[in-house]
Amino acid sequence: MSNMSVALPEMFVLGMACLILLIDLFLTDKNRIITYLLAQATLVGAAIASLGHQFGTPEIAYSGTFIRDGMGDVLKVFIYLSVFVVFLYSRSYLQARNMFKGEFYVLGLFGVLGMMVMVSAHSLLTLYLGLELLSLSMYALVAMNRNSISSSEAAMKYFILGALASGMLLYGMSMLYGVTGSLELAQISRGVTEAGADDMVLVFGLVFTVVGIAFKLGAVPFHMWVPDVYQGSPTAVTVYIGSAPKIAAFAMVMRLLVDGLEGLQEHWQGMLIILVILSLALGNITAIAQTNIKRMLAYSTIAHVGYLLLGVLSGTESGYASSMFYTIVYALMSLGGFGMIMLLSRAGFEADRLEDFKGLNERSPWFAFMMLILMFSMAGVPVFLGFWAKLSVLSAVVEAGMVWLAVVAVIFSIIGAFYYLRIVKLMYFDKPEDSSPIESEIDVRIMLSANSLAILALGMFPGALMGLCVKALAVT
Amino acid sequence: MSFELPLLSLVVWTPIIGGLLVLAIGSGKHVLEARVVALLVALFTFVISIPLYVLFDTTTHQMQFVELYPWIERFNINYHLGVDGISMPLIILTTFTTVLVVLAGWEVIQYKPAQYMAAFLIMEGLMNGVFAALDGMLFYVFWEALLIPMFVVIGIWGGPRRVYATIKFFLYTFLGSVFMLVSLIYMYFQADSFAILDFHALKLGMTAQILIFLAFLLAFAVKVPMWPVHTWLPDAHVEAPTGGSVILAAIMLKLGAYGFLRFSLPMVPDASRELDWLMIMLSLIAVVYIGFVALVQKDMKKLVAYSSISHMGFVTLGFFIAFTIFENTGSWKGAAMGIEGGIVQMISHGFISGAMFLCIGVLYDRVHSREIAAYGGVTNTMPAFAAFAVLFAMANSGLPGTSGFVGEFMVILSAFKADFWIAFVAALTLIVGAAYTLWMVKRVFFGEVANDNVAKLKDINAREFVILSTLAAAVLFFGIYPAPLLEVMGASVQHLLEHIAQSKL
Repeated sequence: MSNMSVALPEMFVLGMACLILLIDLFLTDKNRIITYLLAQATLVGAAIASLGHQFGTPEIAYSGTFIRDGMGDVLKVFIYLSVFVVFLYSRSYLQARNMFKGEFYVLGLFGVLGMMVMVSAHSLLTLYLGLELLSLSMYALVAMNRNSISSSEAAMKYFILGALASGMLLYGMSMLYGVTGSLELAQISRGVTEAGADDMVLVFGLVFTVVGIAFKLGAVPFHMWVPDVYQGSPTAVTVYIGSAPKIAAFAMVMRLLVDGLEGLQEHWQGMLIILVILSLALGNITAIAQTNIKRMLAYSTIAHVGYLLLGVLSGTESGYASSMFYTIVYALMSLGGFGMIMLLSRAGFEADRLEDFKGLNERSPWFAFMMLILMFSMAGVPVFLGFWAKLSVLSAVVEAGMVWLAVVAVIFSIIGAFYYLRIVKLMYFDKPEDSSPIESEIDVRIMLSANSLAILALGMFPGALMGLCVKALAVT
Repeated sequence: MSFELPLLSLVVWTPIIGGLLVLAIGSGKHVLEARVVALLVALFTFVISIPLYVLFDTTTHQMQFVELYPWIERFNINYHLGVDGISMPLIILTTFTTVLVVLAGWEVIQYKPAQYMAAFLIMEGLMNGVFAALDGMLFYVFWEALLIPMFVVIGIWGGPRRVYATIKFFLYTFLGSVFMLVSLIYMYFQADSFAILDFHALKLGMTAQILIFLAFLLAFAVKVPMWPVHTWLPDAHVEAPTGGSVILAAIMLKLGAYGFLRFSLPMVPDASRELDWLMIMLSLIAVVYIGFVALVQKDMKKLVAYSSISHMGFVTLGFFIAFTIFENTGSWKGAAMGIEGGIVQMISHGFISGAMFLCIGVLYDRVHSREIAAYGGVTNTMPAFAAFAVLFAMANSGLPGTSGFVGEFMVILSAFKADFWIAFVAALTLIVGAAYTLWMVKRVFFGEVANDNVAKLKDINAREFVILSTLAAAVLFFGIYPAPLLEVMGASVQHLLEHIAQSKL
């Protein structure tokens, strides 16, 4: 059983999550900080376990249900990083709201485990298990603030729509199994080649699979849960949902569509084009009308999912790499954006309305500048990291000969620029409504500054991260 | 090339780093220190840009002061800087203007002065970057990044409708440039590199050329700005603080014209030839129609803004009549004069429009109104200022002996070689231009003292005197002796013409 170690990081996270669950039982609220520190230590340990692996040939283990490869390792490390930052941002936020409970960290870690399993899935069943572990953790996290009606409503919506999506995905998977006779992605891939791309049942199975993926990613027209969940959840949970799970969802796209169903590319390419155009249009246009910044960022997420899928649909190796790059960049920007909301909030004040950003330049020029970096990066203005992400996905579609799609994408990016600009406008050009100084703790301040400055610095030298994505996919 | 210092990098990065330094210093109470540091940085940048002229080799069209380092290997993007006779004068114009802008905002800007100065310094570095970039993507990065400080400057220190103006400015220019981005990506896959010089050598089919030409046109036309995408400019100008207007008029508008010379003409010459009628038509509309629009303005800044659009029409006209001249005369000699005239007009307009906006700023700081009707008889209370203002107004209407005359004259002269009627229409504008400028001068400066505000005006102080006299000297110098400028650009324009003479099909 030498290849048990392939899943070492997963085992470690599972063990630690259970351990923390137990330890937390014996802690009083005063000592809850220990739970927090253990959770962070778990993420660091998992990162060490993942990085300790050689960046070499893929290893498949557990009778073909589990894979460890370059793409998986890179994505996992960014998942740990994102969740680490989420935990850090949310500590004081939760403490101020009397929500600093062990559940948050345990559920968060189980979510991480779910994401890791999704990333490393090599069979439909593993993938589904990971997805459900992640989803169930997230449903509970959204509902964590029991006393908030909007949180409960968001959790209900999320649960029902999420269950529906899982059902769709399962239905699709059953058809794929029916045609190819296997749950393992490599065998499905062979089965697709044998059956031919025009097999009716296969195409049906593909449609349901794509629907399931689109639900999880939040692509239009399967996006309905996104704005409500983003707005209704406590911001500490929104930042969790908005960052790392996107990375895992990208992995799901890659495992299903590329590893498993690349033979059906001519079909899924067309489906993704429709999803992309609808997401770009609806996300960018609806975001303009929002007055709540969490909801606005939710619509902006929908638009970003559109850009992210541009790279995948080009169906080339460099396209996949550019989507991967986009996903990671998006997770980093999203962390910063929601982190800024938490920074401005305090007990009894959520700072989630657009007006709450008014005159931030007067109150804190430094954090106004950090937010300016994040907003221009999301809008795709150089020299920030978001621009290079857009550049790579656009070049992927141009390379695939779809210049028209690149033109459509850039037109919507102009519309999108408007609502990001509006935040900058509120911060710099308007007078503050409330001039109280920003009360946040030093760790959040430092992390948020590092987060934004990383987007600036990586924007000036994006080569390494881009190269990492290419390399991670090349060894697959 | 014995010179060792990376001059261009210094000219690009000194002001950017200096700007950040000013930001750091000025965050507390150290406002004066921040101003002094800003001025020193601007002066230092100007001084280190002078060797670019002194050491420039006018006999070659090759790029000089070249720096080349790999930047993003995945897309074969390089940090590649260099200048030729077209871009070098523009860099010096930028460094020169920034010094004046910092001085002009010295006492006037009281709200967050450090941020103001820092924004202009960062802008200076980015503009130098645009002119010096020899890699398409590096060019695009500088080009777009420029929008951010300008957006902030207009939005924070602008007039009452500043938010509308700045968002319009941003979205218009962003709209223009994203299409250029798609074209650059397309050309990257053809050339396997983003290097501008590789794009010059790239063969492209006619359809691709036309589409790329149109995408570039959108990007550059918005910046120039050409009719009908010019509407952001009057808004942005009117609402921008004086320094913002000066930078906009003197340099930002030149970026678009520079883009035509560096991208459109040499990269897609066949499409340029095919669509030159469109460019000539748009230029003439700008020259004549916008000239008439300027005539009816009640706001001084708007008037000068429209006059800028009209003058930039001469620049694009000079660039794009080259093809017609060639067809008529069979030689590229005459065409060279049109392009050189356009470039001279760019530089000269940089001085003159900058000076005009500074003059309006002088009045605005005292009376807080830009309405022509709010003034009258300013000569009586501000004689020294009036002398400068009248000189710049004369230059703006193209009086011989000022730099405004040289460029317009060269363009009209070469237009005669192309087509009598084009030249005729273009020359009409000399009359219209004189009409709107001088009429404004008459209403603002001459006649009886109009009201108490004017009666209480104090003449310019030493700081303003230095700014205006420097500009006056530049305007007169290039009006009487433009040879240094023409010498510098000669070889590069010649090379550009050789390029556009070859079909890329």
